[in-house]
Amino acid sequence: MTPDLYLVLAAILFTIGLVGFLIRRNALILFMSTELMLNAANLVLVSASWVHGVLDGQVAAFFVMVVAAAEVVIGLSIIVTIFRARRSTSVDNESLLKG
Amino acid sequence: MTVLETLVPVAATGLFSYAWLLIAIPLAGALILLAGGKATNAWGPYLATLAPFASFALGLAYFVQLLGQPASERAVRDGVYEWIAAGHWHFEVAILLDPLSVAFLLLVTGVGGLIHLYSLGYMAHDPNKRRFFGYLNLFIAAMLILVLADNYLVLFVGWEGVGLASYLLISFWQERPSAAAAGKKAFIVNRVGDLGLLLAIFTMLAMFGSSQFSVVNAGAAQLSPAWVTFIGFMLLVGACGKSAQVPLHTWLLDAMEGPTPVSALIHAATMVTAGVYLVVRSGAIYAEAPKAQLAVAIVGVVTLLAGAWIGCAKDDIKKVLAGSTMSQIGYMMLAAGIGPAGYAFAIFHLLTHGFFKANMFLGAGSVMHATNDDVNMRHYGGLAKAMRITFVTFGIGYLAIIGIPFFSGAYSKDGIIEAAYESQPALGILALLGAGITAFYMTRLILMTFLGEKRWQSGVHPHEAPALMWIPLVVLALGSFCLGMILNGWIGSWLEPIGAEAPEHATWLPDFSHWISWVVLVVVLIGVGIAYLLFGRKPVPATPPADVSPFTTIGRHDLYIDEAYVKGIAGGTYALGNGVAFVDDHGVDAAVEGLGAVTLATGSVVRRTQNGYVRSYGLTMLIGLVAAGVVLILTQLV
Amino acid sequence: MTGLLLLVSTGQTVAFWICAVLAVIAAVGVIASSRPIYSALCLAVVMVSLAALYASLQAEFLFAVQIIVYTGAVLMLFLFVIMMVGVTTHETLVETLRGHRVPALVAGGCLVVLLALATGNVVTSDPAGLDTVQEEGYIQALAQLIFQRYVIPFEATAALLITAAVAAMVLAHPKRLAPKPDQTTRLRERLAAYAATGAHPGPAPASGVTARHNSMATPALLPDGTVAEASVTPTLVSRVGLRTPEELTGPMQSAVKALEGGPSVILSTPSASPSAPSVILSEAKDLSADQDDSAPTTAVETPEPEPDLDAGYTPPPDPDAEKGGAK
Repeated sequence: MTPDLYLVLAAILFTIGLVGFLIRRNALILFMSTELMLNAANLVLVSASWVHGVLDGQVAAFFVMVVAAAEVVIGLSIIVTIFRARRSTSVDNESLLKG
Repeated sequence: MTVLETLVPVAATGLFSYAWLLIAIPLAGALILLAGGKATNAWGPYLATLAPFASFALGLAYFVQLLGQPASERAVRDGVYEWIAAGHWHFEVAILLDPLSVAFLLLVTGVGGLIHLYSLGYMAHDPNKRRFFGYLNLFIAAMLILVLADNYLVLFVGWEGVGLASYLLISFWQERPSAAAAGKKAFIVNRVGDLGLLLAIFTMLAMFGSSQFSVVNAGAAQLSPAWVTFIGFMLLVGACGKSAQVPLHTWLLDAMEGPTPVSALIHAATMVTAGVYLVVRSGAIYAEAPKAQLAVAIVGVVTLLAGAWIGCAKDDIKKVLAGSTMSQIGYMMLAAGIGPAGYAFAIFHLLTHGFFKANMFLGAGSVMHATNDDVNMRHYGGLAKAMRITFVTFGIGYLAIIGIPFFSGAYSKDGIIEAAYESQPALGILALLGAGITAFYMTRLILMTFLGEKRWQSGVHPHEAPALMWIPLVVLALGSFCLGMILNGWIGSWLEPIGAEAPEHATWLPDFSHWISWVVLVVVLIGVGIAYLLFGRKPVPATPPADVSPFTTIGRHDLYIDEAYVKGIAGGTYALGNGVAFVDDHGVDAAVEGLGAVTLATGSVVRRTQNGYVRSYGLTMLIGLVAAGVVLILTQLV
Repeated sequence: MTGLLLLVSTGQTVAFWICAVLAVIAAVGVIASSRPIYSALCLAVVMVSLAALYASLQAEFLFAVQIIVYTGAVLMLFLFVIMMVGVTTHETLVETLRGHRVPALVAGGCLVVLLALATGNVVTSDPAGLDTVQEEGYIQALAQLIFQRYVIPFEATAALLITAAVAAMVLAHPKRLAPKPDQTTRLRERLAAYAATGAHPGPAPASGVTARHNSMATPALLPDGTVAEASVTPTLVSRVGLRTPEELTGPMQSAVKALEGGPSVILSTPSASPSAPSVILSEAKDLSADQDDSAPTTAVETPEPEPDLDAGYTPPPDPDAEKGGAK
């Protein structure tokens, strides 16, 4: 079992998350894509921890989860706020910041 | 080594330490009148009239005191206060009382006082009389600062002060557009001269570290000839501006828009002689700069002839007198340009001219007063009978200016012509010619104004002026008559301490020892004769004849110098301005606007990439990331 | 030992391939489904797969945390918000930005190739495994790290979480833009709306009033027997649609028929409340005089619950209901 496979899997998941971020409009799905990317990163951390035989990678992944949780809380609050104001969750509606 | 260097001013003591009062009295008068407002309307003019007389009395006291001292000690310096103290620069406001400044002091306050008195009558019905007297006092104060200063910087303060007073008084009747324009013209033309004086002062400060007369005079000999010549020329430019010398004379003729007492006081007797004062005061500079000195003499001669030429052609009595003023100051400049031999005559002529020209100007004012402010001589004629006092006093002034022996002008002008001939025969001959022309146009003036048949306009009833006006005329006429006799034997030696050469064996009698004096007399009589033939024997047409010689036409147009300025300098400036504006519009602006347009166009294209969609920005970042990764990997491979 | 390792390795390999395939398919589902609710469920699959992978990588603690925090808490939060902002919102998958999707997909493909190339060969040694570091116990070792070496970041995350909680409250708390309208104002508004558009000035009918069913999705029936659409939330309407009066009254009609047919049905409903029939009867009498025959009939037959309804349900003896009906 070669550890590289974990990294390749993480790369695939990360890219899927990234592409999802780019092609979807719904802010909720955008957030899910972000979670996907964070999870891919976590997978790298955990597998690296396993490869190198130290637990620090797992601790880092743990912290990432905590931060992700916090981020989700804030992000979803923002989505709710925006939804309340504009009755929409499409990020394409928030395009006032343009030249 | 001139005498001048031996004349070191002594510090003021006793009565001399109150010399600042000379300036303070008229200045206070001006302040009270101008700041006091309507409250001073009733008594202000009388107070203002007292001020120059008070200064005159004090000046007379100083004069007597100086007279009592040996010639080498006739200079008193009264430091008033330190004006500027910065680093190694120290400029003091100080009053210098020496023979030259005292002569001016007496002239300015004496003639000035008489003209104040005259103005009380002349301006009696003017609604702005108070303001007029305030300005007059301001002028007296500024002129006294000018002549009493002991350094060029303070002199410059007075120089600008008289310029300001002159401006204010020329455009005193500011409701007349011509008066306002004339005031502006005087101010602007004077700026050209002031620039010259400023450059001279700056050069002195750079070279000597001080602008004090004694320091400059002492240092002039050690300075390199180039710098001395430069200072001399710049001083000449300044003198040209203030003294209405060619080519900066054009303002003087327009300055006649001011009230006649102003023309008499400022533009004939005192202020316009400041240039002569400056040149004489800077004698040490000119002693080291022969070229500048020659230039002074040439400017004097040219102005002398130009003024006389203009005087011949004008019909406006005040403009004739203005041309005559130019001409007479030209004589003074010529004398000053001769060098020490002419200084005494320059100042002598300045003093006599101050009297007889003020006399004649006031006489002209009296005539205008009698003819409803008409200045056209073609509307006069036969006024002698109606205005006897004016006629007699004016006649004395006339005799003085053309140089009839025993009258004051004869002494000074003969002396100048003689000195000029001795120095440069050509200058002397031209000055002689000028004397003839002077006699011609002054005779023309007398004939057209006082003699001949009446050509009065309807409704004009000439009458003698009130006593307040004719008393000064009488005093000035007396001065015009006897000042020459009084001063002739004495002025040379009086002025010797400031560097003038006293003429030998001068007495109160006219000096006909030199043949040229006879020639002058003959030329003058010829001028009078021609004028009589042309104007005395046939009636004067009421409108100026059109078929006149080119000389007359040129003279009527002030020698076309104004036109030349308008076409040359103003036109050139306009053209330059238009050119610069064109370059600005089509070069600079086009470049800037083009840059802006290019930026705008670029922006309107590039703007599309900023569509506000987060996802687009994300894609851009992703592409950048991929590109960076590719580059990284490629470099690894290489 | 080697055999054990091989066994572990084999098990790990099997777990990897199962979980990896599941995770990738579910991840594609996250970004490809048109409704957020499906995306969230797909995400849950990804998370659980990853949790399994963590377990196979000797990260048991993270396995648990992944399940509890991510799948449990975070995803629940997602679901709450989805419900809140409208479970029905579904976006069309047609791309609206011109020239966006294809470049995004191409760039994504390039990125995955790049990442695979970059990471596919970085590990050259055999994995060390975590057996040696957890001699005194896995949890103990992890706790030592967290509470000793990483105690400061740990405390910092605590602060972060508190901040996030406060921030969420601040954000989610709506700011009142205008003063709260008092009763008079609202009354005026209602009447003005009634004057302008004819909107009903009274309160919207509550779901379940005169309902024959215990579900929120059952609309109220108006006295004329039609369905009061305002009595059901639009979300439910969009999900299951409104029931027609026929659908609602159908069982009653059949019950009436059965009554006419024979009394056996009545005997079979022993738990009918004694008070309810009178209430409904009076209501029906008051309001439905001019209705067609079915309504009074229905009302009369109300004490007969249909067999398919909740047999234990008893309409409460609510005096308000009588008042409201009499209005």
